[in-house]
Amino acid sequence: MTREAGKRKGGVGQLLIPLIAIALLVIFNLIRDPSFFSIETKTNNTGNTVLAGNLISIINGASELAILAMGMTLVTAACGGQDISVGAAAAIAGSVFVRIIRGAAPVTGGTVIGAFLACCAVAMLFGSFNGMLVAVFRIQPMIATLILYTCGRSIAYWINGGATPTIDSPITGAIGSFIPGIPVPTPVIIVAVMALLFSLTFRFTTLGLYTQAVGINESSARLNGINVTLIKLVSFIILGICVSVAGSIGVCRLGLINHETLLIDIEMDTILAVAIGGNSLGGGKFKISGSILGAYVIQMLTITLYAMKVSSTDVKAYKAIVIILLVVIGSPVVKRWFTKVIGNMRNARKIRGAAKEGV
Amino acid sequence: MPNGTVLTMRGICKQFPGVRALNNVDFTLRSGEIHALMGENGAGKSTLIKVLTGVYEKDAGSIRMDGIEGEANIHSPQDAQEIGIATVYQEITLCPNLTVAENMYIGRGKGLLVRQKDYEKKAEEILRSLGIPARPRQQLASCSLAVQQMVAIARAVDMKCKVLILDEPTSSLDEKEVQMLFSLMRDLKSRGVGIIFVTHFLEQVYEVCDRITVLRNGELVGEYVIEQLPQVQLVARMMGKELSELNSMNEFGRKPMGSEEITYEAEQISSSECRPFDFRIRKGEVNGFTGLLGSGRSESVRAIFGADKVTGGRVKVNGKSVRITRPIEAMKNGIGYLPEDRKRDGIIADLSVRENIILALQVMKGFFRPLSRAEAEKFADEYIAALNIKTASKDTPIGSLSGGNQQKVILARWLLTHPDYLILDEPTRGIDVGTKLEIQKLVLKLAEENVSVTFISSEIEEMLRTCSRLIVMRDRRIVGELTGDDLNQNQVMKTIAGGEAS
Repeated sequence: MTREAGKRKGGVGQLLIPLIAIALLVIFNLIRDPSFFSIETKTNNTGNTVLAGNLISIINGASELAILAMGMTLVTAACGGQDISVGAAAAIAGSVFVRIIRGAAPVTGGTVIGAFLACCAVAMLFGSFNGMLVAVFRIQPMIATLILYTCGRSIAYWINGGATPTIDSPITGAIGSFIPGIPVPTPVIIVAVMALLFSLTFRFTTLGLYTQAVGINESSARLNGINVTLIKLVSFIILGICVSVAGSIGVCRLGLINHETLLIDIEMDTILAVAIGGNSLGGGKFKISGSILGAYVIQMLTITLYAMKVSSTDVKAYKAIVIILLVVIGSPVVKRWFTKVIGNMRNARKIRGAAKEGV
Repeated sequence: MPNGTVLTMRGICKQFPGVRALNNVDFTLRSGEIHALMGENGAGKSTLIKVLTGVYEKDAGSIRMDGIEGEANIHSPQDAQEIGIATVYQEITLCPNLTVAENMYIGRGKGLLVRQKDYEKKAEEILRSLGIPARPRQQLASCSLAVQQMVAIARAVDMKCKVLILDEPTSSLDEKEVQMLFSLMRDLKSRGVGIIFVTHFLEQVYEVCDRITVLRNGELVGEYVIEQLPQVQLVARMMGKELSELNSMNEFGRKPMGSEEITYEAEQISSSECRPFDFRIRKGEVNGFTGLLGSGRSESVRAIFGADKVTGGRVKVNGKSVRITRPIEAMKNGIGYLPEDRKRDGIIADLSVRENIILALQVMKGFFRPLSRAEAEKFADEYIAALNIKTASKDTPIGSLSGGNQQKVILARWLLTHPDYLILDEPTRGIDVGTKLEIQKLVLKLAEENVSVTFISSEIEEMLRTCSRLIVMRDRRIVGELTGDDLNQNQVMKTIAGGEAS
């Protein structure tokens, strides 16, 4: 095998499924409506010139999902299981954020940063609670996080005394939509910043190697001096940071906190994004970029269905059909079958080539 | 097909990405013979077996079976089973929670209704006729490993197999169980079954086999009648080396005694798995722990490395008092540990050879100081060349390497940390003769470079050849320490058995 081929196998191979899915969705939409992806500029109600169009709303709408998927990838890789409490935890984080913003008389940049840091701390705390159950007490991740999944939205309810208070500040508004003078939606910029932070973390620490080692073979990892408990705990704490970012974006987007509906059901989409990204839900090797692409696939699918005037109640069923297809195509059985078919085609070509030379 | 032949494989080729696993290999099996398939790790034995049993599809060549017109079509393990090829693997692939009879008939019933009574009766007959000490209604898990293996063989026999493949069946059996298995094999042989026997134990081949086929680097070296191929010759064929070279390897010369300085010293060290013991090793010394399985030899070295929970003791490294309760502390004090169970504790299967090599060094360097890709590749290249690791590339997952090469990667991992004291627990288990010798030589070379080594092996000759001091254990206690003239097989056996007085 040449080195290039080796790289390709480990690199793009995993991203093949989400890339193909995106390509198919793009082609499908272009046939259906050639102007589907056209981007236009328009002036919004605060007087900004901003980008608009289906493509923008897809990328913008997937922001919370993409951020959660990044953190979920790490938890999945290290622990071989998933955190199903991210939606509930995001509601808690959002509630804390709103409570602090509402407590400040004039909302300044400082209060927003303070509010974010506070909600980040709270989310990290809940993350370490989940992480402790998983890493120290060795409870299955799904069972461990079921606790917060069940009670998280009640906790969110207590924080703001049961109301669904609004926040009305130009700063939080800008976080949820556009910063004056910048035509790109702010959540999209935040996703880019988060992706950059992740990539810097992997470059300047050994987190990636340790996480994969722990996920693949805990016992070996431990005997090589890796603190397995700490790595698992760290993965949950990092997911906690992602939860606080996603929760804050969600709140700023709506301008209010509704503890019942904020990022509802997002945990399942998050796990799905990780899976569509070609990551094994059993842990081990992972690619964050795959999960981000996975998030965009899911959102693109949703927007496509809405554009086709599918009612919001029916969307879920159609989504399920596409997801079944994606998951089956990405399954090891189908992959093996593909490799075989491609191998046979190559052999046939070789034989034909040899026959021609013979002539 | 000539009379008496059950199976012929001709011109078998199999290519994997980057590796030519089988190149034009022939294999012939006659009925009523036990045929050893020999070769070092990576010689192509497993691939040939997997082609025959339908796990892999061959790229070229033909397989013919007695009683089948033309070429046998084997595309899946089911195909192989249907035409009478049965396989019993090293790891038991039956269901431990079912009974012996259920295991023998599971997945074979034609109809939906299962006549439990009938099966139990039939199972009883077969077990009795083969002399297998198991009752049909016994739960499989309650049988010893050897008996479980025999049940798997009985299942194969009942399926009227013509070819029985035994892949490393003896590696987890004790001497008595091996004999039981051999008498079963001889019995089957007299019934006309052709048996393919894959093993690393040379003595066993000479005890039970009629013929040997030797493979090397995916090619056929030759087929021999056992009487015509003495053991030394066999080893030479497997390794492709001259006899004189082998002889020179058998005599390693002076055993390293080490200098006066003490590298590691422990007083009353104990862990959750072992009783308190004293231990010291000199600079450049090679010592060994010996004893039967379960005697506590592995548990003792695990305590030294902090692999189990350390519960007490005082430890000095190079004269300084240190605390070692976790692996990372041992590593920082210059101790390396190659664990006994390579698959469970050693390799990280999905990670590349490169990542597996640098792992321990990386952990010692610290979380915030990752090795650059270029550095990692340099280290990987260096050790792949130095230890002669056979791998398609340094980016290949370690799990796809042969056992011996995986072990070399783990060795490389610890050599890269430049330890003062290296603990090797069963580094030669389940790997081929050539690699075994390479590892033993490496141990002696390390000792010359002033590294202290603890070398543990189930094969006493190996330890006698390399160690200048043997610590003998029984029932989790040190019962003796042998040096100098006491280092011979008899004395070791006596001490293990507790026959000091005799």
